[in-house]
Amino acid sequence: MTAAAQINGFAIDAQNLTRRFGSFIAVDHITFDVKTGEVFGFLGANGAGKTTAIKMLVGLLAPSEGVAHVAGFDVHSQREQIRRNIGYMSQRFSLYADLTVRENIRLYGGIYGLPPAHIEERTKLMLDTLGLATNADDLVGKLPLGWKQKLAFSVALLHEPKIVFLDEPTGGVDPITRRQFWELIYAAAARGTTVFVTTHYMDEAEYCDRISIMVDGKIAALGTPTELKERFGADSVDDVFVRLARGAKKGEAA
Amino acid sequence: MSNAVELRSLSKSFEKVKALDDVSFDVAEGELFGLVGPDGAGKTTLFRILTTLLVPDKGSATVCGLDVVKDLWAIRSRVGYMPGGFALYPDLSVAENLEFFAAVFGTTVEKGYELIAPIYRQIEPFKDRRAEALSGGMKQKLALSCALVHRPDILLLDEPTTGVDAVSRREFWDQLGNLKASGLTIVVSTPYMDEALRCDRVALIHSGKILEIDPPGAVGRRYPLPLLSVTGGERFELLRALREFPEAHAVYLFGDELHYTDKRAEVSAQAIAAEVQEYLAQRGHTDAQVAPISAGIEDSFMELMGGAPPPTAAAA
Amino acid sequence: MNLNALRAFVVKELHHILRDRQTLTVLLMMPLVQVILFGYALRSDVRDIRMAIVDPTPDNATLELQSRFLSTMRFRIVATGQSTDIIEPLFRRDKADVALVFDPDFASHLRGTEPARLLIAIDASDPNTGTTYLNYTRAVIQAYQAELSAGSNQVRIVTETRMRFNPTLESVNLFVPGLIALVLVLVSALMTAISLSREKERGTMEVLLVSPLRPQQIIVGKVLPYLVLAFANVLTALLAAWAVFHVPFRGSVVLLLLESILYTLVSLALGVLVAAKTASQRAAMLTAMLATMLPNALLSGMIFPIASMPRWLLPVTYVVPARWFIVIARGIMLKGVGLGILWRETLVLSAMALLLLVAAMRSFKPRME
Repeated sequence: MTAAAQINGFAIDAQNLTRRFGSFIAVDHITFDVKTGEVFGFLGANGAGKTTAIKMLVGLLAPSEGVAHVAGFDVHSQREQIRRNIGYMSQRFSLYADLTVRENIRLYGGIYGLPPAHIEERTKLMLDTLGLATNADDLVGKLPLGWKQKLAFSVALLHEPKIVFLDEPTGGVDPITRRQFWELIYAAAARGTTVFVTTHYMDEAEYCDRISIMVDGKIAALGTPTELKERFGADSVDDVFVRLARGAKKGEAA
Repeated sequence: MSNAVELRSLSKSFEKVKALDDVSFDVAEGELFGLVGPDGAGKTTLFRILTTLLVPDKGSATVCGLDVVKDLWAIRSRVGYMPGGFALYPDLSVAENLEFFAAVFGTTVEKGYELIAPIYRQIEPFKDRRAEALSGGMKQKLALSCALVHRPDILLLDEPTTGVDAVSRREFWDQLGNLKASGLTIVVSTPYMDEALRCDRVALIHSGKILEIDPPGAVGRRYPLPLLSVTGGERFELLRALREFPEAHAVYLFGDELHYTDKRAEVSAQAIAAEVQEYLAQRGHTDAQVAPISAGIEDSFMELMGGAPPPTAAAA
Repeated sequence: MNLNALRAFVVKELHHILRDRQTLTVLLMMPLVQVILFGYALRSDVRDIRMAIVDPTPDNATLELQSRFLSTMRFRIVATGQSTDIIEPLFRRDKADVALVFDPDFASHLRGTEPARLLIAIDASDPNTGTTYLNYTRAVIQAYQAELSAGSNQVRIVTETRMRFNPTLESVNLFVPGLIALVLVLVSALMTAISLSREKERGTMEVLLVSPLRPQQIIVGKVLPYLVLAFANVLTALLAAWAVFHVPFRGSVVLLLLESILYTLVSLALGVLVAAKTASQRAAMLTAMLATMLPNALLSGMIFPIASMPRWLLPVTYVVPARWFIVIARGIMLKGVGLGILWRETLVLSAMALLLLVAAMRSFKPRME
């Protein structure tokens, strides 16, 4: 594991992280940590504060209160370093549809300042791994959704970030491709990359090492899927989630 | 019982892509019918043909006994349609959106209130809030109210639960159940396999083709090969080990389990389970638990779309 | 059309318009800003002004003033004569831009107490440059007068101006009708195209199409509010022109407003056509700009006189709606003429409106393909 640069072997460590918008508290004193090389599932209902929390962690939004370190860097003062050490993949807007596969890879390699020879090498490796070698010069917009998502994930890992944030990476993807995607996640985690992932597929929550469930801006539950199921006497993470989130009314009223 | 929807050999292509390929099925009146498949399977094209927005290249389709090509206007006043992504005006309030769609369909909110009330009442406290400020679940309820306000004979819902959290999704399906109980025919599409369980019948659709149509409980019964659940230990390692087993047909992550399908249809699942258990133990996975299970919709879907030819011999 | 649905449409569209504060502000301020910008900015600088001199009694004083003109390097004397008869042929053949006519007693009055009289005749067929000629000419004379007055006696030079071809026309006067045309196109064509394509992008058009409303009804509902907004813009532009530049208004306001509505209908139909043919908001916006704004600004006679366009371009100007509207608006505002004179242009515009509206309705298919 590549824990050297990280505090106490934690890839993410947040204490009382809070964000207010006027009188509304979107994220309310959340405290949690993510270990290096862990696959961490970040769940919550729509409007529970997930997106706001992620934005603070990746340095897009300043916290109103609390401290957090991502890859060992402070979210208040070291946003630049954070961004250089993380990868980010959102469900829809990661890749440019009007550029080819190769051009997208080259673009992101360039953005992260990788040397051209290195980009070439990584491109070849990536295309082979994904089975996209014959499609290297196809426009990304023309690829099937599942391929796009797998490509976007690999591109997010191009600069070998310590942590990769995945925001609903498998929405709308067929069940086989979804599983292939998770195998890519496991492979990345096995190489020491920390994976921070959100999803609406509750079976995918079971794939995570640990999960947190946000309700009304707070972390209502945190633990391994097995622990949570035992704690709540539930059959599945889906049940745990529904039980926790059903009582939530504030998210809806926000 | 007459049919609310009848499709016969429906095909539709866009340039070179076959969006629908020889699709035929019926939906009975009062049925809750699910179309389950990933993005790009052809679900949206099918809805657009049913709502008379697209004309099929081949084949025919009727909705409420009306032809989708000839009886364009007659169909339009009788369907309630909710396209993917909730077609709402983000800069209009909840009430304004509903009032507008009511007027467009030649009615008023008052006239449709009884039908939409169970759904609309949940968002009515926020009726002055703009649609853009609603959560996914509330948008979904508003869009459903808008599609229902003119009291249609049939409800066509294209991926109404996409981008909505698990709780809202459950509530939404509860509401669909209530609507069905009131006699409404509902055709709904979803990429979430687990939602298929809430339908009377489901059509599994992939790459423009219907893979199977059955009541959800019956879908798994046609699974052609022995299926095992494997749990315990380091999941990724377990997965690799199983993939290397010579008789493995397919191995997939499945919630907190792994699902293992064996190539040998003729061997009993019990025998295979013992064999696999022993193999895993040899590979050092001594704590692995292996048990035969019956297939679910997602297992069937993956098997059907995987295109692995089912053995002709004993496909019991 | 079902009146309830129409009313709902108008209300909804007004909400869209009123709630997008930034766009609304831009749209409402546009006529104001444009009138002011164009009014001030479109006064082009000129060099090499060709001057004709009519000097019945040449004298040191008159020659002195002539040399002042030459020394600015901006003026060139192309003809000198003793009678005003020389001016007309020079202007007509476009050999001179400015004529300076000395009063026979100019020199003696300059030395005495009576005002010395000068007549400045300007070829103002292009009102912008005409105004510029006049300003330069006056500047030279004023400098000369100031210099003389610096000595012992007070000197008074009284100038009289004749703007030939465009007696009272200031550039602003000619621009206001053109601006109205431009603003109307912008609001109607561009905004309609954008708002329709936005419905497509949001997916709401799908629901509208599936409703019992006919495509024509959808279009009427979408377009009506923009007619109102465009109308407000006409009023703003006229008010700004009147208040800031004192542009005269000689004809019937009612007639002008009616003609504006006619012209707006043409633009709205164009906007609908553009929206029907384009796939995205961005494409719709650019196409609308290209197809409506540019020709309306450049080929309508608003900035470049049609008479000075190359012959091959003339037929093109006939299909530009603004060309006809500008003739109508100038006629009503500046000349005070009515339908008796402008019936032909009005007829052309009506035909265009009819043709385009039918085309727009047809372009809007009841299906998605």
